[in-house]
Amino acid sequence: MKKKNWNLLIGGLLSGIMLLFIVVGFFYTPCSPEAMDNAAKFAGVSAKHLMGCDHFGRDIFSRILKGCGNTFIVAFGTVLIGTLCGIFLGAFTGYYGGVLDEILMRVNDAVFAFPSILLALVFVSLFGGGKYNIILALGIAFVPSFARIVRSEFIRCKNMDYVKSARLMGAGDLRIMFVHILPNVMPVLVSSVLIGFNNAVLAEAGMSYLGIGVQPPEASLGRMLSEAQSYLFSKPSMAFLPGLMIVLLVLGFSLMSEGLKRER
Amino acid sequence: MKQKMLKNILSVVVLAALTIALGGCAGGKAGDGSSLDSGIVIGIPQDIEDSLDPHEAVAAGTKEVLFNMYEGLLKPDSEGNLNPALAGEYSISEDGKTYTFKLREGVLFHDGTAVTAGDVKYSIEKCADAGNGDALNLAAAFSNIKELNTPDDKTVEIVLKEKDTDFLSYMTVAVIPEANKEPRTDPIGTGPYKFVSRSPQESIVMEKFEQYWGEPAHIQNVTFKISPVDTAVMDLEGGSIDMYARISSAQAAQLGDNFNIEEGTMNLVQAMYLNHDCEYFRDKRVRQALCYGIDEQGILDLTSEGKGTVIGSSMFPAFGKYYMDELKDTYPRDVERAKELLAEAGYPDGFSFTVKVPSNYQPHIDTAQVLAEQLKEIGVTADIELIEWDSWLSDVYTDRNYEATVVGVDAASLTARALLERFDSEAGNNFINYKNAEYDAAFESAVNTTDDGEQTKFYKECEKILAEDAANVYIQDMASFVALNKRYAGYEFYPLYVQDVAKLYILE
Repeated sequence: MKKKNWNLLIGGLLSGIMLLFIVVGFFYTPCSPEAMDNAAKFAGVSAKHLMGCDHFGRDIFSRILKGCGNTFIVAFGTVLIGTLCGIFLGAFTGYYGGVLDEILMRVNDAVFAFPSILLALVFVSLFGGGKYNIILALGIAFVPSFARIVRSEFIRCKNMDYVKSARLMGAGDLRIMFVHILPNVMPVLVSSVLIGFNNAVLAEAGMSYLGIGVQPPEASLGRMLSEAQSYLFSKPSMAFLPGLMIVLLVLGFSLMSEGLKRER
Repeated sequence: MKQKMLKNILSVVVLAALTIALGGCAGGKAGDGSSLDSGIVIGIPQDIEDSLDPHEAVAAGTKEVLFNMYEGLLKPDSEGNLNPALAGEYSISEDGKTYTFKLREGVLFHDGTAVTAGDVKYSIEKCADAGNGDALNLAAAFSNIKELNTPDDKTVEIVLKEKDTDFLSYMTVAVIPEANKEPRTDPIGTGPYKFVSRSPQESIVMEKFEQYWGEPAHIQNVTFKISPVDTAVMDLEGGSIDMYARISSAQAAQLGDNFNIEEGTMNLVQAMYLNHDCEYFRDKRVRQALCYGIDEQGILDLTSEGKGTVIGSSMFPAFGKYYMDELKDTYPRDVERAKELLAEAGYPDGFSFTVKVPSNYQPHIDTAQVLAEQLKEIGVTADIELIEWDSWLSDVYTDRNYEATVVGVDAASLTARALLERFDSEAGNNFINYKNAEYDAAFESAVNTTDDGEQTKFYKECEKILAEDAANVYIQDMASFVALNKRYAGYEFYPLYVQDVAKLYILE
């Protein structure tokens, strides 16, 4: 009997719970995540406030529900942009090679040379911050790593027998690239997408912590951490809870990507 | 098994030895700290990078330190009065154009030489010459000087071209010896403390000036140590600094029993400043609706435990006779009235606008968040956009490219004019694009009046117009907290941005 893939199991379970949490957050929060209440400032755990309240008397549980969602949207958007652009760039450069490959890949290297946070910072200072700009900024920063992975896989696959036979059958280049080769690249891509997602979660948290990501009063995990730092000693749960959520979110996807590698 | 036990014992011994060694260090340090000779260490948020020359220093953070070293003919006190300092007495002629200052006897510079009328003349002329950089913005004010005479060594006579009721407040400008050729690195003044040394990015050291003419300082040595705001609490708790000005209420709450928290005011007008060129805020009814829509006390309760002073116009309480407390009630919270006004103005369903807030000022961000939440109730959406301080200065203040912003505006000098001048239609620093003929007229009358009572009346009228016209959504003069180690006392708040160390003393 095959040994149980605990990584995949636990990772999937954790991610599933987190996703459920996020989906619920989109449609329902026990309190409005932005409603302030002077009487409930720093309130403790109660039936009404499952995780207590922050310095404005806002319900921490509701903010975490909403915040996970915002962080997820940013991370998802980032990875989506990164993956789609990465697949196109990687596929064309890897499949055709030549001068185009040389030029695009050198540009790619140049972008890759900047740390993604720094690149996003430059973007934000030029075009302003906010949730949607940050998705674009991080997305662009994430393109090069995906492009590289896809390109190297395409180079490996393009002279394989199944590609040659498809070509003999008269399949066009586009068909070969996206119908024949791409599915074979998927396993590698999926695990790097999962890792990329984790990096994007951390990047969002970092950007919002610096005050240039999700704008207040909207909640995001990074934003909540940034707000909690003044109250680290007086109300540690304000920092601990969003921090824990980031850890769980990242852990779930990491374990899943580990598990998927084993499955291959 | 035996080996393992040996290992355990060994590690315990090493640990113990280490603890003792480290404890020894700590003990030694504590001993140094408690000896009174070492003096007080005051944390300041940034280094004195501009200049030690009082006429070149621009940063408020620099001026608050230099206040202890330099003095002018007159010196402000914590009540906002101008008291005779280097000038023992002065007189103003009937027509208000000739000022005669008699220098106090026996006033010495830190290098031991006596202050002469020539030094005063030199200092004023140095400031009046815009070619010197005009860091203090005094060149314009001093261009009004027709003649500056020194009939004898102890008398300075200044004749003005035009009468200027604010002229005395400029006479606080620091007097420095003409003989000193290196005021930037070797500063010499007449203040209660004299300069000892400066280590860039680290500290500035001063010691008590024994031959000071006035009431001497109490503490022998003073060190201003650079300690960023973020680490101020740790530095205070760790004992490396004894005092830190302008901490937040959250930071104050974190400090333990070793510190007294003195509460004062920041002396600035915190408001949501509205760009009057923006289509929404051109309409007075919309501005009034916003004023009706917010609850200032509610903001204070949520952001600073209710500490601070609610204000209703561009003036704060430290200004005494100019301040009108009643204006804060011009627009009490009234959600229904706000909605009516919005409907009248053509926005029955409200509207949304962007508030730019400097990202490095947490108090303003907090205020903006509560504000946005309160405005939701009248159907108005305020989207907060955090921007860097540099971008704020260029985009908002200089280019006026914004809809609304939450900041605090301070007064450069102890005159009502410093706060009210910017709302004149023609003022270069009128960053809200405020244009109101009635206001311009009142302000002009105030500036041109020679009678003090009349002038106060006109300035008050200006304030009233700003309040009633809902020029901005006025909020508060923020509370300011100073942490002072319990070994010291005597801290005094000034209506200016200064730290007067000479007033501090050690409790036995």
